[in-house]
Amino acid sequence: MDLRVEIAGLHLDHPVINGSGTFDAIAARRAFGDALLAAFPFSMFVSKTITPEARAGNPPPRIFETPAGMINSIGLPNKGLEGFLAQDLPQLAELPVPLCVSVMATSHGEFARLVEAVAARDEVAALELNISCPNVESGLIVGEQAPETLSLLQTVRPITAKPLIVKLTPNVADPAAIARAAGEGGADAVSLVNTLKATAFAPGSTEPWLGAGRGGLSGPAIRPVALEQVRSVAASVSIPIIGMGGIESGADALDFLATGAAVVAVGTANFRDPLAGARVRAELEAALASAGLASPQDLGERIAASTST
Amino acid sequence: MPPLTGSKPASDARTLVPPGRRLCEVTENRAAGGYRIFSALDESGPEPRAGQFYMLAAADGWGQRTGRPYLPRAFSVAEATPADGGLRLHFLVEAVGPGTERLAGLRAGEGLWVTGPLGRPFSVPGDLASGVTGAILVGGGIGLAPLAILRRQLGERGVPLRTLVGFRDREHSGGVDELFSCCEVRLASEDGHAGHRGYVTDLLAVLLEGDDAPTAVVYACGPPAMLEVVRALCSERGVTAELAMETPMACGFGACFGCAVPLAAGGYMRLCSDGPVVNAADIETALVAGSGHRACGR
Repeated sequence: MDLRVEIAGLHLDHPVINGSGTFDAIAARRAFGDALLAAFPFSMFVSKTITPEARAGNPPPRIFETPAGMINSIGLPNKGLEGFLAQDLPQLAELPVPLCVSVMATSHGEFARLVEAVAARDEVAALELNISCPNVESGLIVGEQAPETLSLLQTVRPITAKPLIVKLTPNVADPAAIARAAGEGGADAVSLVNTLKATAFAPGSTEPWLGAGRGGLSGPAIRPVALEQVRSVAASVSIPIIGMGGIESGADALDFLATGAAVVAVGTANFRDPLAGARVRAELEAALASAGLASPQDLGERIAASTST
Repeated sequence: MPPLTGSKPASDARTLVPPGRRLCEVTENRAAGGYRIFSALDESGPEPRAGQFYMLAAADGWGQRTGRPYLPRAFSVAEATPADGGLRLHFLVEAVGPGTERLAGLRAGEGLWVTGPLGRPFSVPGDLASGVTGAILVGGGIGLAPLAILRRQLGERGVPLRTLVGFRDREHSGGVDELFSCCEVRLASEDGHAGHRGYVTDLLAVLLEGDDAPTAVVYACGPPAMLEVVRALCSERGVTAELAMETPMACGFGACFGCAVPLAAGGYMRLCSDGPVVNAADIETALVAGSGHRACGR
């Protein structure tokens, strides 16, 4: 079956990518060697978020297992822009798929500096803007406010012609409003959902378990929430959507595609199986075939036909 | 991350692991005192080195009733023996949470998802310090598991060994007869049911007073409080030590950044890929928040 998809000008071999921060291709290659490249589970690799300066991340404990999921408060440990460009980028460039670099900063100026430096590199096919962060100039979380999101896009959009994907937070009343602001600001695509704000107590106490106090929930536990958010955003914007949230199987992936996502991302499932993405892709192919579809585009056309009648 | 201060020996070179989890058949599950030892046939994985671990999940009944366990569980391999059609991997388990309960209840013939062997193994003594002639193995409770395969692998190299193992009480003990049948083990127990009444670190402290202590390296695995005493004792005496540590861990292959352990030099290591065997000189304390018996990832 022809699983190729095109999103925001990117030509991908199939519609399964990874969620940012859920797969470290460099560490995985150290463990699994070049066999990982031969069996690479994603059609595009999205890097862990990088920030202008290096970050150590949050104090432990950083994770908590929940029913059908987990809470994390990792805290964006990364080498910073310079360290990323010098150490990580050459290794990520060896991956057999296009590279999307996730970036985050706390001011428009710093965001612009990151986008400019990253987009200038030929190894980078696209950028994802992680906007679940405060703008120190306004004190507001960018991704929770449509005007903040629009204003950030207006700052960074003119810097590069490369695809800009805006990663949406689910922790808002109306994610479609944020998606519309991103689209109005010139975003090429949106990806959703990020993790849901969550907390957990240490066993037998009412003290927070996580070192940072609270974190974000992911895994199958959030899948119905994510599916509804993708549906509501798809009904509201014309730019393509990368859908994610607890996808563990081809059937899950098909649900997201059927509700309006052009591409899906596997996240927490990677922690259970490094090749979960490859299995999702194979199962998706089988699911499309058994639905009588010849390609993901077929699914899109059927949806378009059903919504226009 | 700042560079690790401890020696990163040549033996750090990793065995490459098949990417992805693979389904293995459980071949046996037997009582070992208050613990259980379960075994599985690994048809395609490489031979593990002592200190390495596997991410394990039962193929069936993993989170199907309550939603937990969801994530696989990290287990140091206790022994790996050649078998028809592959390697038989042996794991020591105590049921203390939904994941360990399910694994402790595995029956022969059931499926076990396995990823590994993962992580940095124990170093050979000569790679850790010059002039080293022997090794002291210190295990606490369930933490004696990786010392069994270490004892064999060091024994094959002709390294003189002394093995010290401690338990809390009779109920929380086991595995010595099954995993250390070949050789002498000095025991300690907090309730006095076996060996010295007290801590295994009491035995270590006495050994480290001896003349040959400066020519030994210490390898330890056990609860955080025990590892911290080992670390402090060895630091005081100038003895090189490697600690096999544990923290809540989601993936085991460096993806999630969940298993952070603070470094003495500042910042954090990922225990799954920079450890789980850690040079004691690289950390300020083995008491890492979230690790230990009541941790969530059991």
